[in-house]
Amino acid sequence: MWVEVLVIGIKLAVVLAALLTTVPIMVWVERRASALMQDRLGPNRVGPFGLFQPVVDAVKLITKEDLIPRDVSRFLFILAPVVALTVALSTFIAVPFGSDTGLELFGHAVRGFIVAPDLNIGVLYIFAIASLAVYATVLAGWASNNKYSLYGGIRASAQTISYELAMTISVVGVLMASSSLHLHQVVEAQTGTWLGVLPRWNVCTQLLGAITFMVAAFAETNRIPFDLPEAEAELVSGYLTEYSSMKYAAFFMGEYVHMTVASALMTVLFFGGWTLPWIDLAFAGWIGGLLSIGIFCAKVAFFLFFFVWVRWTLPRFRFDQLMALGWKVMIPLSVLNFLWVGFAIAAGIM
Amino acid sequence: MTVSSLQAPPHPLSDLLPKEVGVRQAADGHTELEVDRGQLFEVLRTLKESPATSCNLLLDVCAVDYPEREARFDVVYHLTGLESGQRFRVKVAVPEADPVLPTAYGIWKAADWFEREAYDLMGIRFDGHPNLRRILTHDAFQGHALRKDYDPGQRWMLTEAETMAPSWAKEALEDEDQFETQVLNLGPQHPATHGTLRTIVRLDGEVITKAECEIGYLHRCFEKMSETHGWNQVIPYTDRLNYCSSHINGAGFALAVERMLGVEAPPRAQAVHVILSELSRIMDHAVCLGALLVDVGALTNFWYFFQTREEIYTLIEKCSGGRLTLSYARIGGLAHDVPADFEERVRYLLGHIPKFIDDVETLITTNKIFRDRTEGVGAISAEEAIAWGWTGPCLRACGVPYDVRKARPYHGYDQYTFEVPVASSGDCYARYLVRIEEMRQSLRIVEQALKSLPKGPVITDNHHVALPPKQKVFTEMEALIWHFKLIYEGIKVPAGDAYSCVEGANGELGYYIVADGSGRPYRVKVRPPCFAIFQAFPHMLEGHLVADFIAIQSSLNIIAGELDR
Repeated sequence: MWVEVLVIGIKLAVVLAALLTTVPIMVWVERRASALMQDRLGPNRVGPFGLFQPVVDAVKLITKEDLIPRDVSRFLFILAPVVALTVALSTFIAVPFGSDTGLELFGHAVRGFIVAPDLNIGVLYIFAIASLAVYATVLAGWASNNKYSLYGGIRASAQTISYELAMTISVVGVLMASSSLHLHQVVEAQTGTWLGVLPRWNVCTQLLGAITFMVAAFAETNRIPFDLPEAEAELVSGYLTEYSSMKYAAFFMGEYVHMTVASALMTVLFFGGWTLPWIDLAFAGWIGGLLSIGIFCAKVAFFLFFFVWVRWTLPRFRFDQLMALGWKVMIPLSVLNFLWVGFAIAAGIM
Repeated sequence: MTVSSLQAPPHPLSDLLPKEVGVRQAADGHTELEVDRGQLFEVLRTLKESPATSCNLLLDVCAVDYPEREARFDVVYHLTGLESGQRFRVKVAVPEADPVLPTAYGIWKAADWFEREAYDLMGIRFDGHPNLRRILTHDAFQGHALRKDYDPGQRWMLTEAETMAPSWAKEALEDEDQFETQVLNLGPQHPATHGTLRTIVRLDGEVITKAECEIGYLHRCFEKMSETHGWNQVIPYTDRLNYCSSHINGAGFALAVERMLGVEAPPRAQAVHVILSELSRIMDHAVCLGALLVDVGALTNFWYFFQTREEIYTLIEKCSGGRLTLSYARIGGLAHDVPADFEERVRYLLGHIPKFIDDVETLITTNKIFRDRTEGVGAISAEEAIAWGWTGPCLRACGVPYDVRKARPYHGYDQYTFEVPVASSGDCYARYLVRIEEMRQSLRIVEQALKSLPKGPVITDNHHVALPPKQKVFTEMEALIWHFKLIYEGIKVPAGDAYSCVEGANGELGYYIVADGSGRPYRVKVRPPCFAIFQAFPHMLEGHLVADFIAIQSSLNIIAGELDR
């Protein structure tokens, strides 16, 4: 019993540390990559290649004066950033990040690189928790008692609810193909090849679903071209306008953790998790386990970079266009994907 | 629509106008009409509606103060007909005791802010004006700053209790569904109001139902300051008008004064004016489009454009020593010759700038999101745009090919081959396309000007206007006398008035100058192109979303320095 708690505790600590470390790394990547794309240098003074810049940024944010404006709704104002970060972090416990190689720790089976191995409703859990994230933005927008924040909050709620539908429907196809809600089994269902040539990744078998999921993931994480709740040029900073210091940093971290979770889900649901195309790796022992984690992380890193890449390339949607895209394009496409998977299964080609 | 170059009115105006109107052909190409104020409205309407004149564009309304005269003020209207190419100046004398004129708003909407300005700074009231409030100064301001007897040392405090919100913004309103509408204040401190622009909007959801602009946050009464400075000393002030393309302002002012003096800058100075003005135009368009793209969320293009701008500034710095405010023009030419490697540097720019424009075009021009954000947004018809007094790229985006460089060539623009790009839809996307193409055309002009860059002096040898070379001052008696007289007395511009215009980056940049024969201007009135453009802005907003607000505002390229002066 205690060993089991200890093993889960270790996993939790590792995952938490890894997620929180991603934030400064991503900040650095974001700044350096944007500089690269924009023909400038970016931060390169603090440490080698400016690698310590995020550390300095963090120190700055922590030591800044924490202002709470007079007329805010204090409790909700403080609660909002807490919700943002907690929700973002707690989704990850159902995401597997490496193959189950039958390892043992302190005489207890590790049972796969996932914090909660017995959660047989993995996908459901993730979506249930992730949809709570909208409370953070709505509460922040409402509690700030600022018109710009309020507009940001309203936009966030409408946007998140609309795109959550498309996101969930696009995942239904994946669940049908793997006939499980457990993400470990979702990955295992993606091994081998499809039609003899293509890897059996869901991105090949249900491309539409992958595209709608990715677009919805961008919308859920409030990144350009869907960063309307913040929309610096029009809403100053939207729901973030009144936040400063660590409360601001909490939202900021929440956004990056959300990005990481979205990338991990993308990898697990559509890009075969830790499997490689055409190469059938039998992961065994510690080395196999670490290898699978490595492959998984490489894929996640690619998607994280993709987030950055898109942000510095595309303009932002207008709110009505965003909603039109969500309801008139994304939802029909994801339904189409779901119909296609049903047809393919019935026809025996999937 | 076709646009003609400058034409003298061939028609006998006396048939059209009342007999008492004095008609005179002025030296600056304008037909000057002196009108009694009782007949003003009729005359203005005739000038607009008569097919012989068809003055569809009201360029400027301003007032001049002559304290010693019985009818103390002259209110001056500058009009032009885009198709006929004729230009008119209508003057009407107004006594101090009863400074009231009928408004011209019913004839040209453009009169809206120009009349408010004349009211604010000179105290002329316009009967029937829909919103005759102060515009450049604030509500707590006392007196009228441009009157000759106003003491500029006075200070007026605006307290928080009397902030200038329009009265409609204070009412709480509900829409049809009994939802409360919101009043949102955008600016003067807002990420999208580059500079210090303020707009107050009423929102129903995110839809703007009413809007009003408040300007003047950067007002420094440049025109008043000009009256206390020598002619050449005004040039540094002009740098601060449209500070994104300062050289055009300085060169335009110098040109206006040169025309009054009957002096021409030497060919080399004119060619350098053209090169620097066109490079400034590129910078200005780069800033405008860069900012527009930032506001719609495409940050990367901003850096592509600012790289261009930086390289042009390097050239300008080599020429004049200054970057943003270069003060390089002088009356009669340039402050000094360009550096030895000028041609090489310009050639380098000619090779590099197209790359940046191409990069942005690749990323943006066909981008679906950008087109969705800008196509059909902030659209205005050619007639509306002319009615509001628009000129420049914003007017050309509505399909009117009016360009001062073609219509009234100066600095030898008639020697260069270039197109005047036009678009037809008049929306934000059209304005984007026109500006992109104008940058390419500007490069064409620079290339031609560089190829034919003449050698020789860069400032006139007329020593009533330009200082003799220092070497001669030390060695020749006559030169010493000229130097002494110019420094002590200034340039003696003959008494009279003239309007002269250049194509600024935002449109027709006009200088109406009144001289009294002394070493200082009696009155300088700038016709800032974005003043006319921005007055239409609140009317364009109705029915648009908040997100469109920023796209429209950025695509109009409102520069507060020029707007507020």
